[in-house]
Amino acid sequence: MPDFEIKDLRVSVEGREILKGVSLAVNKGEVHAVMGPNGSGKSTLSHTLMGHPNYKVVGGQVLFKGKDVLTLPTEQRAKLGMFLALQYPVVVPGITMSNFLRTAINAKRGFDGKDKSKAISVKEFRALLKNEMSVLRMDDSFLSRYVNEGFSGGEKKRAEILQMAVLKPEMAILDETDSGLDIDSIKFVSDAVNKMRGPELGVLIITHYTRVLKFIKPDYVHVLVNGEFVRSGGAELADWLEAKGYSEWVKEPAKAPAALEAK
Amino acid sequence: MATVIPRIDVGDNYKEKYGFFDPEKFVFKAKRGLSPEVVKEISWMKNEPEWMTKFRLRALQIWDKKELPTWGADLSSIDFQNIYYYLKSTEKQGKTWEDVPADIKNTFDRLGVPQAERKFLAGVAAQYESEVVYHSLHKELESKGVIFTDTDSALRDHPDLFKEYFGTIIPPGDNKLAALNSAVWSGGSFIYVPKGVKVEIPLQAYFRINAENMGQFERTLIICDEDSFVHYIEGCTAPIYTTDSLHSAVVEIIVKRGARCRYTTVQNWSTNVYNLVTKRAVAYGDATMEWVDGNLGSQITMKYPSIYLMEPGAKGDVLSVAFAGKGQHQDAGGKAVHVAPNTSSNIVSKSISKNGGRTSYRGLVKVYPGAKNSKSFVRCDALLLDEQSRSDTYPTTEVDEPQVRIGHEATVSKVSDEQLFYLQSRGITRAEAETMIVNGFIEPFTKELPIEYAVELNRLIQLEMIGSVG
Repeated sequence: MPDFEIKDLRVSVEGREILKGVSLAVNKGEVHAVMGPNGSGKSTLSHTLMGHPNYKVVGGQVLFKGKDVLTLPTEQRAKLGMFLALQYPVVVPGITMSNFLRTAINAKRGFDGKDKSKAISVKEFRALLKNEMSVLRMDDSFLSRYVNEGFSGGEKKRAEILQMAVLKPEMAILDETDSGLDIDSIKFVSDAVNKMRGPELGVLIITHYTRVLKFIKPDYVHVLVNGEFVRSGGAELADWLEAKGYSEWVKEPAKAPAALEAK
Repeated sequence: MATVIPRIDVGDNYKEKYGFFDPEKFVFKAKRGLSPEVVKEISWMKNEPEWMTKFRLRALQIWDKKELPTWGADLSSIDFQNIYYYLKSTEKQGKTWEDVPADIKNTFDRLGVPQAERKFLAGVAAQYESEVVYHSLHKELESKGVIFTDTDSALRDHPDLFKEYFGTIIPPGDNKLAALNSAVWSGGSFIYVPKGVKVEIPLQAYFRINAENMGQFERTLIICDEDSFVHYIEGCTAPIYTTDSLHSAVVEIIVKRGARCRYTTVQNWSTNVYNLVTKRAVAYGDATMEWVDGNLGSQITMKYPSIYLMEPGAKGDVLSVAFAGKGQHQDAGGKAVHVAPNTSSNIVSKSISKNGGRTSYRGLVKVYPGAKNSKSFVRCDALLLDEQSRSDTYPTTEVDEPQVRIGHEATVSKVSDEQLFYLQSRGITRAEAETMIVNGFIEPFTKELPIEYAVELNRLIQLEMIGSVG
């Protein structure tokens, strides 16, 4: 049985069916890329997996650690070991990154505000951050800033990957993590993700463009078009897509000009 | 000698949240209700000079004539004749911590006073019942000529200074509740900071109501002489009783040329308390007055800290936070009155409503003719946590001088699904996520508080938020 399995997932948004029966199996140690043109249902997939309230599951299952995570509230999915790096990370005014990260780590550790032994110590927290932040080339001032407030595109995405690094998920979904990134940031982010790759982590990279896959080599590539997987293959499928685009299924170039990427 | 009254029964809904109760040892207990006799008795008990007795009686006459405000919150259910206007818990004030009775120490322990007190050993005047029982003054402050005492002692020990300023900023005729306080006031803090003296450590007091049907009418007077600085902190909490309680304080502050005064309040009265407070400061040339005012508890709060900017260069800030839960109405705001040119004011109000709670911002910016180049900015942000809750703004601007810069901004927002999803996707529960968002919303306020108070406020918000999730 695979470690993480999406079975015949069907999802609708505002009454319209977006995902029309999607199945995918990811094992720990593997990196899968889901690629597709705009409107194919990529974001619906990532948000549904994490339980966003706007996405209505019409059918199917998502099995992880013996549970159908679709029945769990979002925070339980996170506690079980899932992680979603958002395409558009949300601003939370007045909450420092440091407070946010510590609260998230403590939540994962089951600290409910009472049993102090479960909470991360200041020393441990500092050591953990220092290490991960150096990989992502982030300086300390970042910790005293409010969550995503005034962050550049690159800072936001690096902050997402930092959260992943400290929360140590077993199944990570990276939703368009490369969009809006300059080349340096892509490199730092990819280095950090590659460092995390290993037998304890399954990764699902959701992306429109092949660029990020040059830095994070996927083991498998799946093409999502119009709410259905239309082709799966190895890393070579990404190269093929780079050359041909999604033109076989829709009229749209795979290689977009840089301006389009900087959303 | 006065009689000792045995304990008063507490009501059925006396809650675990403030689940402590000390058998009350009263030295004296006044009769319920208001009359010239009660007022005279209070003054006699306190052994006051004749002018104060007359002042009180005159205030009582004004009280009789004036009407309660018809705007703002509904005050019709207060039964003024069913309230004790004076209680005294110990005969003498303790000068040192050792002198303070053990049961009172117990109460403060549970309120967390000692920690704060030990950290800020500058001096504490903690009001228990209607009178200050504990009061200590750091030697260093004493040597600098700083007076930090309870208001009753100040009347006795510094009669000239007291008489010069008392009732000059908020006269009894100002409003009906100020008249009430003037007639029956008891306790409160008195601070005098001499010229050029900067008090580096915040001076603080803890207030508490601990008797059923007992009003608390403290009176605070702060005088900052030229080029001085002081930060005064009052924090309040109260146990929960069944019948309505009234808290009606008057705070008068004089900030002289070049001085700066900050007055911080974290108020958490139990939700049966009517909290009707008149706070006013006058700031002279290049002086700065800052009100930092947090209102969490009470059934009804009506409080509009005001600043009169009397001379050029005077500056005033009001930063307030109000939290209204079920059955609560927080009617709060601020007033800035620009009398002189080149004065500036900044009013920032943040309010949170949940479970049908109601918050109102009520503010006044007034610029007199000739107050050229005055600047004023008002910002009100309201956060609504559900559909049943309500927030209103009642800003009033009266500008009689063309050469000014006046700004006003107001926002109303809700906790967004995107924010909740984001935090929950990191393993944080919905309730915790809401608490975080609320704490983040009031962070501009919290960051102005000393760290212990900030932590306490965040914890209070957490308590308020529990169970608020639908």
